[in-house]
Amino acid sequence: MRMTVSDEALAQAAANGDRQAFASLLERHYDRLFGFAYRLTGARAEAQDLTQDICAALPAKLATYRGQSKVTTWLYRVAVNAAHDRRRRMATYMKASDGWGDWELARQDEISTGRELSDWLTAAMSRLTHDLRDTLALVLDDLTHAEVASILGVSEGTISWRMSEAKKRLRAIRAEEEAS
Amino acid sequence: MTSQLDEFDDLKAAFAAVTPRVDPTVRAAHLALAQENFDALQGSRQPARLTLERPGRGVFQGVIDMLNAISTKGGLTITTALVAVGFLTLSPVGQSLWKGGAPVLTENDLPQLPETTPLAPVTDSPVIDSTVANATEAETSPAVTDDASGDATAGLREQAATVVPGDMAPEMAEDSGAGGLVEQEFASPVPPAMVPGEEQALNRSFNLESAEMDGIVLGELGYANADAAIMPEPDTEAFANADTNPLKITAETPVSTFSIDVDTASYALVRQSLNAGQLPPADAVRIEEMINYFPYAYAAPDAADAPFQPTVSVFTTPWNPDTQLIRIGLQGEMPAIADRAPLNLVFLIDTSGSMEDANKLPLLKQSFRLMLDNLRPEDHVAIVTYAGSAGLVLESTPASERQTILNALQNLAAGGSTNGQGGLEQAYAVAADMAGDGEVSRIILATDGDFNVGLSGTDQLTDYIADKRDSGTYLSVLGFGRGNLDDATMQALAQNGNGTAAYIDTLSEAQKVLVDQLTGALFPIAGDVKVQIEFNPAAIAEYRLIGYETRALNREDFNNDAVDAGELGAGHSVTAIYEVTPVGSPAQLSDPLRYGEAVAAAAPADELGFLKLRWKEPGATTSQLMSTPITLTGSVAGTDAQFAAAIAGFGQLLRGDQYLGDWGYDEAIALATANRGEDPFGYRNEAVQLMRLAQSLSQN
Repeated sequence: MRMTVSDEALAQAAANGDRQAFASLLERHYDRLFGFAYRLTGARAEAQDLTQDICAALPAKLATYRGQSKVTTWLYRVAVNAAHDRRRRMATYMKASDGWGDWELARQDEISTGRELSDWLTAAMSRLTHDLRDTLALVLDDLTHAEVASILGVSEGTISWRMSEAKKRLRAIRAEEEAS
Repeated sequence: MTSQLDEFDDLKAAFAAVTPRVDPTVRAAHLALAQENFDALQGSRQPARLTLERPGRGVFQGVIDMLNAISTKGGLTITTALVAVGFLTLSPVGQSLWKGGAPVLTENDLPQLPETTPLAPVTDSPVIDSTVANATEAETSPAVTDDASGDATAGLREQAATVVPGDMAPEMAEDSGAGGLVEQEFASPVPPAMVPGEEQALNRSFNLESAEMDGIVLGELGYANADAAIMPEPDTEAFANADTNPLKITAETPVSTFSIDVDTASYALVRQSLNAGQLPPADAVRIEEMINYFPYAYAAPDAADAPFQPTVSVFTTPWNPDTQLIRIGLQGEMPAIADRAPLNLVFLIDTSGSMEDANKLPLLKQSFRLMLDNLRPEDHVAIVTYAGSAGLVLESTPASERQTILNALQNLAAGGSTNGQGGLEQAYAVAADMAGDGEVSRIILATDGDFNVGLSGTDQLTDYIADKRDSGTYLSVLGFGRGNLDDATMQALAQNGNGTAAYIDTLSEAQKVLVDQLTGALFPIAGDVKVQIEFNPAAIAEYRLIGYETRALNREDFNNDAVDAGELGAGHSVTAIYEVTPVGSPAQLSDPLRYGEAVAAAAPADELGFLKLRWKEPGATTSQLMSTPITLTGSVAGTDAQFAAAIAGFGQLLRGDQYLGDWGYDEAIALATANRGEDPFGYRNEAVQLMRLAQSLSQN
């Protein structure tokens, strides 16, 4: 084992007011959070806003960390909740709640890199419901179904079902694409 | 299968390619924002302490600070009383009250009473709080960030580890409600010095962080690491070198050595995963444990000469007609149950917070209840629990005092972190106290495998246990629940503690492990059982051992009595299967060497190999040897052998091994169904069900 302080120890120390511990903890996980936010939102600007929401709320949320779950699990849970809050706010002035965030921004955003890829991606992801998208984003982060289940607060079976459903839809999209 | 996974992999690759890099300025801004909110929360919690650093701000501020600092009920009462007394004795209005005159309180009187003004802020404390905190914020933050950025990375890490005394934690939950308010108030007065300071600190710790990430990823590999940690043999999936290849060429490495394994944990884990609707992780599948889960009708050993009897059979491989399977079965003797030695059992029970789930502590209590009914009055039971600290819950108690033991079990409750080391130490100490002549002492560790306090490195724990096993106490491990099940630690503990590991996922599994096979689980009949086979190069061109990856031994370890190996319990049976390619078979994967020495066919070609077994009597230090040639004659492949082959195939399907060719779940199910035999407990039926489940799940 490396001589590193575990996430859990850092989180406990941060919850007790250690600002260095908090800084280290966030530092350690920031990139992962941003990547996850990107998977959830599909647009760079959106992802940045979401990450900011998470960062702003994290100190207060730290009080809810009870040391019973892994820090990463807990962070994902905070992130998913922040995403839900955001979507709820968006839905009030954006009717296309089923859409994949801000299309225009996303498109401009990705002009520089991997243009075709991201078109396929946004197209594919935008057809999934929020539940499926959350699940897929978590599974793409290499979490097990059990971990995803505990983050989203549903049973493991539900996750397995959602994954098969998501795969089914992606397969259908792929078929359409090949047909056209 | 590949085409089905295609789009998922595509998606993964696409995301990896498309995910934008983190913008460093945005990142720094976010981190600063978070830190600011964090500090704001801290500041509002303990403003009084911070004010000590600021002398000389006038009497008025001093009085406010003082009142602010005195937050207890008593303090408020005293100061209020002082002011009231002053009011009564010094002011004209008060004096008139005191002297009994009518109270004459005019508007003009009030401003003349300086003492009463501090009272107003007391009732309106949030205003004061924030002003004080704002001021301190501006003054103290630069100092803190300077501190951080001035440190070397090692120092930073140390700082991160320091824990502020815990008395603030309870306040936190209450404070968080007001957190939003405080955050807004503090958004503006950020000291500008903070952001650069913060950035510096970030840059310095960058290298450190990337190194730490490595550590995290390694830690999360879980099962993959598990095998690697225990297995001295190199990775079994490397094909570059013939020696590390699981398929071995007889002419080069004719000798295969391994330790027996009577664990069954892997099968229960696989079952739990499949029943939960997902395929088990490939590395959780240990094929030998799946095969050994099932009872087989091997010939019982003849009296005297050895405590177990080997049975060898050779038959055609189901998945490859050109190769053969050699099945080696060891059947342990079943001593007369009536005159078994008295047992001393120490239940070492993990009562950490993670054990709260229904399939952990509650299932554990029920399981031990079942077991208790099968103990004799002369047996003794003690219970040690471990959570944050280890504790003796039940002193050594005769099994006849059933109610006492049951009560102690019932009263166990989960909570706290896991000090596995402390628990083990205490359990070994208790076991040493209970030990008597001719009695068998065994610690039964029940855990979800989460050891997070004390010597929590698997290596340190196993070293400790390896040290302790010489005391004659056996250690068995029962795993419960999923989520943080540390299969690696469990395996390591049981292997090093001369015991078995089982995974309890249902009450019926508890019935099988703790009741049906109680005697086998608790009474060893042979220790350090090692198996070595020398294949005859004249008959066998290639061979591979199916399973036993975690039990591989070096060739020279076979004769070295100091090297630890697996234990065989009363009535246990162990099965090992080799897939062999006869010389001249079209299935041979390796080409003969052009310049290699032709095989010296000194050995009779009807002998496939030579089987050697070493074992120790329980408690003995020197081993005994038994050897027998493996011949083609006299071996009949019955339903038992075919069923074991079906399970071996099933395990390889789950692991994704590549030796099966087109042979798939359909064939495995057909083979297992046809060879269920008598199956009095229904285990084999259940296996067929699991295969069908796995087949459906693998099509997704």
